[in-house]
Amino acid sequence: MKTKIAVLMFPGSNCDLDTVHVLKNVIKVDTDLVWHNHFKEKDYDGVILPGGFAFGDYLRAGIIAAHSPAIDEAKVMLKDGRPVIGICNGFQILTEAQFLPGALLQNDSLKFVCKWVNLIVENNKTVLSNKMKKGDVIDIPIAHGEGRFFTDNMKELEDNDQIVFRYADETGNITKDSNPNGSLGNIAGICNLDFQNCVGLMPHPERASEAILSPKKTTHGQLFFESMIEYILRRVH
Amino acid sequence: MDQLEFVIEVSLENKPAARDPVAETIKRDLIAKKGYNMVSNVRSGQYLRINIFAENANKAKEIVTNMCNDLRIFNPVTQNLTVLSVKKI
Repeated sequence: MKTKIAVLMFPGSNCDLDTVHVLKNVIKVDTDLVWHNHFKEKDYDGVILPGGFAFGDYLRAGIIAAHSPAIDEAKVMLKDGRPVIGICNGFQILTEAQFLPGALLQNDSLKFVCKWVNLIVENNKTVLSNKMKKGDVIDIPIAHGEGRFFTDNMKELEDNDQIVFRYADETGNITKDSNPNGSLGNIAGICNLDFQNCVGLMPHPERASEAILSPKKTTHGQLFFESMIEYILRRVH
Repeated sequence: MDQLEFVIEVSLENKPAARDPVAETIKRDLIAKKGYNMVSNVRSGQYLRINIFAENANKAKEIVTNMCNDLRIFNPVTQNLTVLSVKKI
């Protein structure tokens, strides 16, 4: 069976086309851009909630989108182990929909932060990190105003190995200076507990998948999408 | 029973454990710099004013509180919700 991915479009999504471009033209996987009200889970092997400002981020980033019928569809995929990925605003939606624990608060600088950062891979068994090695340092950009990860239960996240990526310096040291938004524990991305098939992260792999876009000519973003495809293939066979 | 109209004021505020950089900036860079050193703490939040039809004030408050919980109008991970007032109009 041919792998097929859905990239959801909410009113206010703005990284949807970039994500579709990378999946189709770089990773070479069949991908549909799907309006959120039209999304049917049965047609897809995985779904990506892209970055942007769904519903204008009114009330709180992600909360209105979390009530979309698309989330009910995505929940079926979450429960049966298919990939459910949230990038930036998608991560905010997944926490508000309670697919993932915690919340994303306004950056401690109160500024929209748009720059390249480094991540260190903490868990390489997830849907989005299985093509990486634990301790790998990833080049990737962030672009958000509300990316400060907060949880009232850090111990549970750590004990359950749900922290997938942390902000780090170029050599992989987790430092205060390398934390761009004040996230607790420098957390940049987390996963769910059951199948580790749901990952949310603030950085943008779709903006780091082609050398021409990277200051260091890296293509680390591809690893995220290749991991997703690998996860689907392993799951099917 | 006749339905009466009430206006309910609700505030959403970050929990004490979640830093509030908006309030920190207001206190540090405005209030303290202008000499109001007697101000010991500031917290920021969101404010909603909701008009609702209900049988009585208690019922109106109950509906709004349940609605805010059901729809996650406040995020229980990071925020506390306070009903500030219930007034018949």
